[in-house]
Amino acid sequence: MQIAQHWIDIAYLAAAVLFVLGIKGLAKPKTAVRGNQMAALGMGAAVVVTLLHHSILSYQILIAGLLVGGVIGAVIALKVQMTSMPQLIALLNGFGGGASVAVASAEYFLGISGAVGVISTGVAVLIGTLTLTGSLVAFAKLQELISGQSIGFPGMKFLNLILLLGALAAIGYLVVEPGNDLLFWGIVGAAALLGLTLVLPIGGADMPVVIALLNSYSGLAVSAAGFVMDNNALIITGSLVGASGLILTQIMCKAMNRSLANVLFGSMAEGGTEIDAD
Amino acid sequence: MDFVSQLTLFVLAIFLGVELITKVPPTLHTPLMSGTNAISGIILVGALLAAGRAGDSLLVSVLGFIAVALAAINVVGGFMVTNRMLAMFKRK
Repeated sequence: MQIAQHWIDIAYLAAAVLFVLGIKGLAKPKTAVRGNQMAALGMGAAVVVTLLHHSILSYQILIAGLLVGGVIGAVIALKVQMTSMPQLIALLNGFGGGASVAVASAEYFLGISGAVGVISTGVAVLIGTLTLTGSLVAFAKLQELISGQSIGFPGMKFLNLILLLGALAAIGYLVVEPGNDLLFWGIVGAAALLGLTLVLPIGGADMPVVIALLNSYSGLAVSAAGFVMDNNALIITGSLVGASGLILTQIMCKAMNRSLANVLFGSMAEGGTEIDAD
Repeated sequence: MDFVSQLTLFVLAIFLGVELITKVPPTLHTPLMSGTNAISGIILVGALLAAGRAGDSLLVSVLGFIAVALAAINVVGGFMVTNRMLAMFKRK
């Protein structure tokens, strides 16, 4: 069954409204449960109408992916200990970032055109990949798979800057030479490393703030993917999560009596005096 | 839709997101983070569209499957775990 594009877009609009009401509800104790239900309803609506889109040719992969992902998600959500919530959110957020990268990569290999398409793809891959690896580091730290202490070395900030500029340069060059797969994988590699080096120096106690920040990033990655795919639902919802996530990060910092800059760079300074010189 | 209209949507939604939450009691920080994380699972919509037109390309089929599965974990796990957290607060 297929339906006209405008009905799909109207359903996306309804989903966006439900997400707005949902986030608003989640911020107040009385309405939090309802808020979560409204957001889930919006998601259900958006997914169902998408399945009716005319561009979908075969359903095997979709059904297999939905079943596998849905079952794993449900099992994780039901089995996890309440005390392990922050690392679970980090893990789920990492999966979201990974999904954005996979979507942007699929679009890249299907063929993208124009400067806007290439730049949005590059940005989605950059932010999505660093969200994936950064969230996995946050998960590993909180799960005590690796040390919760700040891990770093002198010149790490310089390396981060090089990685970021390198990835941006690769995106710029990809606009000039759209078919160059080496540049594409270069962006993926630099972003993956950047996610590691951004989160490794941050101490375990500050991790919830970092997860909130990575959550905001994954929203922006979704938005960038929306520009690639010409999809309003992704653009609107991604920017909503990106912006509200950033505000939540700020609120959480304030509650801990820390500034965001302090969380991101402060723990490095405690590690050793030579790092201060940077 | 043309790029400028999309950019308009993007910028206005950013401002809406900034205004959306102002005061959040500390007990709700984690559930709110979890809830917005589940909402960012909307990438599932993009994943379905990308996987649905993979055609004969094995690489795109594999990427599409990974995208749908990861996004579905994020959506289902995210909303269920947020619900569990909020139910726990209620009992207190």
